[in-house]
Amino acid sequence: MGEQKGMTIQGNMATALGAKLCKPNVIPAYPITPSTLFPEKLSEYIADGELDAEMIRVESEHSAMSACIGASSTGARTCTASASQGIALMHEMLFIAAGMRLPIVMAVGNRALSAPINIWADHQDSIASRDSGWMQFYAEKNQEGLDLMILAFRIAEDERVLLPAMVGIDGFVLTHTVEGVQVPAQEDVDDFLPPYDPPHGKLDPEEPMTFGSLGTPDFYQELKYDQTEALEKAPEVIDEVFDEFEEEFGREYNRITPYKCDDADIILLTMGSMSGTARAAVDEMREEGKKVGMAKMTVFRPFPGDLLKEIAGDADGLAVVDRNISPGFGGAVFAECAGTFINESKSPLMKNFIIGLGGREIFKENFKEMYEKTKEAVEAGEVEKPVEWLNMNEDVMR
Amino acid sequence: MTKVKITIGGINKKAGSSKEYKTGSWRTMKPEVDIEKCIQCFKCFDYCPDGAVKKTEDAIIIDLDYCKGCGICKRECPVKAIEMIEEEK
Repeated sequence: MGEQKGMTIQGNMATALGAKLCKPNVIPAYPITPSTLFPEKLSEYIADGELDAEMIRVESEHSAMSACIGASSTGARTCTASASQGIALMHEMLFIAAGMRLPIVMAVGNRALSAPINIWADHQDSIASRDSGWMQFYAEKNQEGLDLMILAFRIAEDERVLLPAMVGIDGFVLTHTVEGVQVPAQEDVDDFLPPYDPPHGKLDPEEPMTFGSLGTPDFYQELKYDQTEALEKAPEVIDEVFDEFEEEFGREYNRITPYKCDDADIILLTMGSMSGTARAAVDEMREEGKKVGMAKMTVFRPFPGDLLKEIAGDADGLAVVDRNISPGFGGAVFAECAGTFINESKSPLMKNFIIGLGGREIFKENFKEMYEKTKEAVEAGEVEKPVEWLNMNEDVMR
Repeated sequence: MTKVKITIGGINKKAGSSKEYKTGSWRTMKPEVDIEKCIQCFKCFDYCPDGAVKKTEDAIIIDLDYCKGCGICKRECPVKAIEMIEEEK
């Protein structure tokens, strides 16, 4: 077991370093704020002879994902990075990557979608591709960004899964923020992540096969079922790989990580960088004697409903914090939480808080407000307003 | 329901498998050629949108595995050597 090296780096550098340790063979990428540093760093590693990989400079994100699909089909370990409009532009290719069962890994610098144009932190970009069939991981800090890249490759390439994965780090809050990280030794990552050898077939002129062919009504539905089942069974592999990672590298990962939830009446459910702020708010509220906990969701797809039930099933109230909005309903995470409890005899009352869109800061006070509002609903025994927007500028001229 | 065989990601381990996919089954009308009338002008060959007309030494053959029965060959034939008849299934 080699020693881990301490480094102080930006989030994009952390995901790039995580990717480099996985020794990708092909990196088709089209830079976009706030994940630009990812392809820049990887091309630097290649130029410096530190990484033996093919960098494909493409003309758009649609082409980037198309090239990823081609490369991964040959059995190459493939990664890319994108954000916001870039992910929107590659939308159709995302479905194809998942449908063809290609374990591509994409680092996402989570950013708001236009209009109005905005380059700051927001989960809308990856949330909008929720139904593409990709696994989705969200990091709280740079260390998680680095580790999740390695974990994502290992899980995606598992023969029981064979699906692509996104690793989201919040734009600027993480992508451009310098933090200390522990970098695993190359030989340990080599042991943890064996070379990729696609068990389902690969493009090879010596042994031609048909990829991406027509799926007629006779069997389209069966193929979609098979793909969906692979994603739904992935939690077993994810848990197993998370455990092994902790054993090897000493850092714990869970699909949802509870904090002070055991005796909590109210639980805050968070995703991404906001989780640290929520944890600090929980600590302060606990000092005031409030029975509150928080749970950080690291894996959004496949949705960890089983763990959510375990963690929040006995709570009185669940405050779901969404840094995204599905106009006409509410936050995406909220919708899934509600769906998780739909047939349970006991369910916490649920409130949804939309916050932090387009890089709007999220403060400890906001989490305290969420606690109070959820507590009020619990005491009243009803949720008058299920979806609320917090931290709004009150004095808006129209 | 029919029995189908699927693979992970729909990968077909055989190359050129589209050749085995016979699209002529959609047809409701099929062309019948009167070889006696055919003058080998090959207009039907030129106009067939599906490449289903094959040239031979002295006439033409319609590949019914792929012919969709659109009737363009009948319309273009200058000597009316092609008739469209109802497909029997």
